[in-house]
Amino acid sequence: MLKLEARANPSRAMSVASPLLALAITVLIGIGLFVILDKDPVRGLQMFFVEPLKSGYQLSELAMKAVPLVLIALGLAVCFRSNVWNIGAEGQFILGAIFAGGMAMQAGPETGRWFFVIVLLAGVVGGMVWAAITAGLRDGFNANEILVSLMLVYVADMLLSYLVYGPWKDPAGFNFPQTITFADATKVPRLFTGLRVNIGLVIALVMVAVFTVFLFRTYQGLKLQVGGLAPMAARYAGFSSRQALWTALLVSGGMAGLAGALEAAGPLGQLTPHVPSGYGFAAIIVAFVGRLNPVGIVFSAILMSMFYIGGELAQSRMGLPKSITGVFQGLLLFALLACDTLIHHRIRWQRGARVATARQEA
Amino acid sequence: MEPIALLIAATMNAGTVLAIASLGLLINERAGIVNLGAEGMMLVAAIAGFATGVHTGNDWLAFAAGAGAGAAMALLFGVLVIWLNTNQYASGLALSLFGVGFSAFVGIRYTQERLGDRPRFEIPGLADLPFVGPAFFKHHPMVYIAIVLTVVLAWFLYRSRAGLVLRAVGESPESAHALGYPVRRIRLLAVLAGGALCGLAGAYISVIYTPLWVEGMIAGKGWIALALTTFATWRPARVLLGAYLFGGVTMLQFHLQGQGVQIASQLLTMLPYLATIVVLVLISRNPTFIRVNMPASLGKPFYPGS
Repeated sequence: MLKLEARANPSRAMSVASPLLALAITVLIGIGLFVILDKDPVRGLQMFFVEPLKSGYQLSELAMKAVPLVLIALGLAVCFRSNVWNIGAEGQFILGAIFAGGMAMQAGPETGRWFFVIVLLAGVVGGMVWAAITAGLRDGFNANEILVSLMLVYVADMLLSYLVYGPWKDPAGFNFPQTITFADATKVPRLFTGLRVNIGLVIALVMVAVFTVFLFRTYQGLKLQVGGLAPMAARYAGFSSRQALWTALLVSGGMAGLAGALEAAGPLGQLTPHVPSGYGFAAIIVAFVGRLNPVGIVFSAILMSMFYIGGELAQSRMGLPKSITGVFQGLLLFALLACDTLIHHRIRWQRGARVATARQEA
Repeated sequence: MEPIALLIAATMNAGTVLAIASLGLLINERAGIVNLGAEGMMLVAAIAGFATGVHTGNDWLAFAAGAGAGAAMALLFGVLVIWLNTNQYASGLALSLFGVGFSAFVGIRYTQERLGDRPRFEIPGLADLPFVGPAFFKHHPMVYIAIVLTVVLAWFLYRSRAGLVLRAVGESPESAHALGYPVRRIRLLAVLAGGALCGLAGAYISVIYTPLWVEGMIAGKGWIALALTTFATWRPARVLLGAYLFGGVTMLQFHLQGQGVQIASQLLTMLPYLATIVVLVLISRNPTFIRVNMPASLGKPFYPGS
C-alpha cells in the first residue's frame, strides 16, 4: 500500500520539481485528450509548445499575453504570501481598463506623447480603488475577501458593459457597444515596428526586479510574509495585520489595474465589452505555478501564454475548440497542488500483509 | 394581484437553485471543508445535465447526470484536500477554474441544441385557487424537493446520530478521530454530498430554469451559494430563507424592467452581486457572532496521527 509520510524538513528539490512534474502530468493528460478526440497528439503538442516560439511574430504575441499575466500574478503573489485571498483580480483589471479608457478619451490630436503615462497611472488608480473596496469591507466589517472580491468582478463587468452601451458609447460607432478609438498620444509605444509587443514588456521586467527586492530584501516585505506564514508570531512582533491587508490588496489591485490599462491603451485602443479576458483568473494559476516567486512567475506566465496561443492555433489549424486552453490551465493547477504534497511528504511503499501481521503481533 | 403572484413564483424558482446548491455546501462545511469549486461543479453539471436531456429527452435522467457530474468533480477535490492535505482555498479555486474551461470545452457542441417542450406542473385543485394557486402551486417538483430537503437536512443535523457525528467532525476532527470515527471518510462523504447537490442545482438551471447551454451560464450563482452558508450561519432553514431572499433580488430586476423603470439593465443585473456584498458585510460585522456559529475546524486540514 502507498502511504504518505511527513518529511522532517520540506524538500527544496521537490519545490522546484513539482511544477515540472505537474506540467508533465498535464501534457500526458493532454496527449490522452488528443487521442480521444481522434487528433494527432504530436501535432497537438506542437501547437502548444513549438509553434508559439517559432517566429518573431509569434514571440511578440506570446509576450502580449505574458505581460498582463506577469503583472497581475506579481501582485497576487504578494497577496497570497500575506494570506490575503484576493481572487477578484479580473475585476481590478477591468476597472484599470475603465479608468485608463476614461483618461484616454480626454486626449485630443494635440496632446503630447507623454500622455500615455498618465493613462497607465489612471489604470493603476482604478485597480487600487476597486481592491480598496474589498480591503475596506474586510478591515471594517470582517467581510470575507474571497467572496467580496469575486462579487466585484461581476459588478465591474456590468459597469463596463453599462458604460460602453450607455454614456461612453461612440456616437459615430453605428450603435456598436464601444467607445471612440483613443487618440494616438494615449497609445502605449511599441518596441519594434511591425510587432505588437510594446513597452509593457519592459515595465513587466522592471516590476519583476522590483517585486523580488520588495519581497526578499525589504523589512516591509518580510512583515507581510511573516503575517501570512505565522499570524501569531507577526502579532507578537507587533506587525500590523491591517497594514498587511491594505498593502497586499492595494499592491495587487494596482498591478491588475496597470495590466488592464496596458490592454486598453495597447492592443485594444478602445473599450468594448470584450475587455475582460480571464487574465485575472489565469494569473492565479500563474502565481501558484510560479511558486509565488517573481522569477518563477515569469516562467509560468510564458507557459500559460503558450497554452493561450496553442489553443488559438489548435482551433484554427486542427478544428479543436479554443476552450481547450482553459482545460489545460485548470489541469495544471490541479496537478501542481497534488504534486506539492511531495514537498512536505514522501511516498512510502508499505506491504499490506506486513502491516496486518504487525498489528496481530501487537 | 396577478403580477405579484407571478413575482412570488419566480422568486421561489430562482431561490430553489441557490437553496439546493447552498444546502449541499452547508453539508461539507459542517464537516469542516470549504469547497470554493461550487461554480465549477455547477457549470460541469449544467452541461452534463443539458447534454443528457438532449440525448435522452428525460429531465430526471438529466438531473441524475448533473448530480453525478457534481459528485465526480467533488471527488477530485475531496481526494486532494482530505488525503493529500492540499490547501482548501487553492484546490477549490482550481476546481472552479477547471470547471469553467472543461464545461466550455465539452459544451461547444451543444450551444445550438434545444430541449423539447418544457413540462408544466401544477398541484390539482390547489393550483386553481386565486393568487395562492399561481404563486405557490404551479411549480416544478424541484421547488418542493428543495423545501423537503431543507427539513430533512435540519432533522439530520440536529436530531440524528449521523448528523451529530458529522457536526463533531466539523467542530473537532481530533476528538471525533479519538472516539474512533473515520474522520476522513466522513469528510469525503460530506464533500460528495455537497458536490451532488451543487450538481443537481446546476442541472436544474440548464434543464428547467433557463433551458439551454451557454458558456459560463451559472454566472456566479455558485459563489452566491457559498456566501449564503455564511449568511445563514450554517443553518438549513436560514439557507432556504436566504435563497428566497436572493431569488427575490434577482427577480426584482426583471420586475422593475417590466414596470418600465428607467434604469440601465446592466445596473439592475448588478443587484444580486451587490446584495451578496451587503449581506456579507451585515452578517460579518460581528466577528464573535460568526465565530460562535462557524464549524470550528472550517478550512483547516486534518491529518490523523500528526
